[in-house]
Amino acid sequence: MILLNLILLLLIGGAFVWWSERFGAHWPRMLALILVLVDLAYLLIGISDISPDKFTLVPAASDPKSWLVALKIDWIPRFGISVELAMDGLSLVLILLTLVLGAVAIVSSWNEANDRQGFFQANILWTLAGVIGVFVALDLFLFFLFWEVMLVPMYLLIAIWGHEGKAYASMKFFIFTQFSGLLMLVAILVLVNLHHTETGVITFSYFDLLGTTMSADAANWLMLGFFIAFVVKLPGFPFHTWLPDAHTQAPTAGSVILAGILLKTGAYGLIRFTVPLFPEAALSFAPIAMLLGVAGILYGAFLAFAQSDFKRLVAYSSVSHMGFVLLGVFAWNALALQGAVMQMVAHGFSTAALFMIAGALQQRMHTRDMNKMGGLWHTMPRMGAVALFFALASLGLPGLGNFVAEFLVLLGLFNVNPWMAAVAALGLITAAVYSLIMMQKSFFGKPDDSYKAEGSYKVEGSPNVDDSPKVDDSLKMYDFGALDMTTMAVMIVALVWLGLYPQPVLDLVQPVLDSLALQVSFASDSIIAEPVANESAVNQFAEGGL
Amino acid sequence: MEIGMHAMLSPLVLTAAIIVLMMQIAFWRHALVSWLISCGGILLSLLALFSSAALVNSQAPNLGGAIAITSLLVVDHYSLFFSGLILFATLVIALLAKDYLQTREGENEEFYLLLMLSALGGLILVSATHLASFLLGLELLGVALYALIAYPERGHLPLEAAVKYLILSGAASAILLFGFALIYAALGALSFAGIGDQLAVNLSTDKRLIILVGTGMVFAGIGFKLSLVPFHMWTPDVYQGAPAPVTGFLATVSKGAIFAALLRLFVDAQLYQYPSVMLGISVVAIASMLIGNLLALKQQSLKRLLAYSSIAHLGYLMIVLVVCGAVKNIQLAIEASAFYLAAYIVTSLAAFSLLSLISSSQETERVEDVQGLFWRQPLLAFLLTVALLSLAGIPLTAGFIGKFYIFTAGISGALWLLLAALVIGSAISIYYYLRVIFAMADTPAEGSTALPSLSLVGKCVVCLLVVMMFYLGMLPDTLMQYLGNQRFL
Repeated sequence: MILLNLILLLLIGGAFVWWSERFGAHWPRMLALILVLVDLAYLLIGISDISPDKFTLVPAASDPKSWLVALKIDWIPRFGISVELAMDGLSLVLILLTLVLGAVAIVSSWNEANDRQGFFQANILWTLAGVIGVFVALDLFLFFLFWEVMLVPMYLLIAIWGHEGKAYASMKFFIFTQFSGLLMLVAILVLVNLHHTETGVITFSYFDLLGTTMSADAANWLMLGFFIAFVVKLPGFPFHTWLPDAHTQAPTAGSVILAGILLKTGAYGLIRFTVPLFPEAALSFAPIAMLLGVAGILYGAFLAFAQSDFKRLVAYSSVSHMGFVLLGVFAWNALALQGAVMQMVAHGFSTAALFMIAGALQQRMHTRDMNKMGGLWHTMPRMGAVALFFALASLGLPGLGNFVAEFLVLLGLFNVNPWMAAVAALGLITAAVYSLIMMQKSFFGKPDDSYKAEGSYKVEGSPNVDDSPKVDDSLKMYDFGALDMTTMAVMIVALVWLGLYPQPVLDLVQPVLDSLALQVSFASDSIIAEPVANESAVNQFAEGGL
Repeated sequence: MEIGMHAMLSPLVLTAAIIVLMMQIAFWRHALVSWLISCGGILLSLLALFSSAALVNSQAPNLGGAIAITSLLVVDHYSLFFSGLILFATLVIALLAKDYLQTREGENEEFYLLLMLSALGGLILVSATHLASFLLGLELLGVALYALIAYPERGHLPLEAAVKYLILSGAASAILLFGFALIYAALGALSFAGIGDQLAVNLSTDKRLIILVGTGMVFAGIGFKLSLVPFHMWTPDVYQGAPAPVTGFLATVSKGAIFAALLRLFVDAQLYQYPSVMLGISVVAIASMLIGNLLALKQQSLKRLLAYSSIAHLGYLMIVLVVCGAVKNIQLAIEASAFYLAAYIVTSLAAFSLLSLISSSQETERVEDVQGLFWRQPLLAFLLTVALLSLAGIPLTAGFIGKFYIFTAGISGALWLLLAALVIGSAISIYYYLRVIFAMADTPAEGSTALPSLSLVGKCVVCLLVVMMFYLGMLPDTLMQYLGNQRFL
């Protein structure tokens, strides 16, 4: 029940938060923050009951009982659909990330003068509920439901509280994800239908559908259906075009959630569904997928370098970083997968922090244009230092989480395809280029007052006064306060911890990756019928673990 | 005959209510009493269905679950289910029409009379097993609708709509009738099952061409009434011109009843055996899905937008007919179309009810008119958002389960091309539904007047509809079990 309660608490709490608006604008965000923290505490208390052996035990991919927590309630028996929730180490890591970044997102909206605070915070909570649902749903129908439903509050966040180009950005975001989601729905239904004709049982349960036999052709098409849905969300090249718009136009809290959490649902889907359900198809598709990953790394970095908009730059850097996740998943060995999971967590923190800084700048300067910035370190040293830290994290400085992640991916990839690893490694250099450019333009150099020129920030539809440069003195620079610094400190500590001592996260995830590897090797054996190779493959995989 | 009367209780009750209402109007005009009589009559008729259902269940062992009334009509769970939908929709429209008509001067009692007559036509249509009763139901439904569309004789739009519908619908009926005549000339049969039997025998003979032309004409006539591409031209004008409650009636009762009758004709006459028929339906379905959605993109009027979206929705529904191609899938296809129609009717009713609540106060229904509705009328905006999301097929709403059924049916029939059109059409449709939602979430335009508060009845009805939408979307199993387990058709 713990998983269901986690989701319900946020869902119902969201409605409650909306309602609390009537007591004053301060109430909703207080309540929202408290709710997320309570949710987090509830989860931690819940998992403290589980015996520690269960965390090290390799769960059987097809048996929910061996997972940390599992729940199954009949829902639509006509189609064999049930409310099936289960959590293993991988889900746990991602849920923790979701809740921590959710709290960060709520704090990041603290000082933004958003009207309709109640509905705003409610939408944040509902998005979080949807994301947690995605991470724990193991009935494919339920998974699809969460996958789609989390879009609606996210859409509203961008469409109502976004910046000047919100109409276009929110629409593009929704249509991209919706279209790819429909492809996944078709793939799910075909899979269920195949399983039905094979066994005579209609079921949407992940555990039952694993290992469904099908022709290679069917497997290829179905794998593509899942792959596209997840890669659009990831986002992978060439399906990334919605992301820069959505991130740039979203309010700060929206960007934090989008970059920090929502993108990870795509990566999670690839690891949990695409590869285990269609191992052979995924294996034969791996070179193309990895090529897309490398292309994303370089192309994202290249475009990030060309941006003058602070938020857009960070958005393109996300495309680049998520390319490593795609590489890690499709290299499909212990090292690369560990790296992919690490990247999901580390990128979540570093990008969320950068988006918060971008939001803070926009709030103070009413512009995101880096050409109008410069020398901000003088007026805001604390923010500058924090920005420098996260820029360095993002470019992969050894000792921080992102380095561990990208290094593991490259190491794992080198065993599979050295040339691809060599090209992908260029991403570490390009990341340094754009991250440092970003710091250079905004925080270093001479102070630039041109942002104060009135009209430099135009809201769509607002009357455009004459172009003569008037100085708008209402724009005041003030550094990060105690609350901002506290959230930043949390993320700094997290990244340093991930960089210096990543073992706890790796230990948590390792059994899951082992069980997935087992599942995949079993499935490929049943086709090639090489039982001898099976055991050695598993051993090899286990030895590969750190 | 005793059993027949009992089985047909619902249409008989409705007829009695129509006569009572007619007498009341003749002797003592009173708007409120007319409204009460019609709502009461429809409600009683709806309740009578349960008694008929019990009868059908008790007769199931010896009559195969269906009670034939002469060779013209049949009462089975299929007809009872669709009768229920029709009466429910009519009741909702009647409840809402009161508010709408209150703003209008003059005598409004006949509105309810026409509404009930039209519903009666729908009831006959869904029980028809014979071309004669099919035509009878169709015309009763249609003729009352002409008058309903033109009911507010102010402005030229309703009149234009009514004339357009009258002429085109009359032409379509004529084509349909000619098609019937050709089929009768070739086959000598008029009952659905009889046509099926004769078709199997005569298809290889030289009558083949006549049969094909006749069938084509029948489908053209029905395609017009269902506003499928390429017979869709009238739809936007009529939807826009008619008063919002009547548009709602047209979109739900008229289309639902005709589709139910078409499906029975299709299955009973085993038309699914003929590849040329299936090809024609597939082409029409794909064209409707794509063109309907594409044309909806640029619409400024909400009613026109919903008109094009209804073209697309009927296109989705036509997939179900193609699924019948494999005999093992027919049961699933019928189940899917019944669920889809139920979901579509509830959703459309909600959308048009809300439109009628908005438009009765300010008489326009452009997309800009709902700008900022979220902040002016949060409840109304929330309900309209849910209805639009359901039309778009977003999970948790009835529309999603309906679409889920169509996908499932399409996949068991392996109709990849149709499914591709469905996916593309759905993706396009997101744009125009979201555009409305976006407008509602926008800051209110300056100078926009506050909408008057809703009447209690209106509020209750739309809230009930939205609850039903969520119920069908979240706990669809009750209805699924009913549709799946009964010997439905």
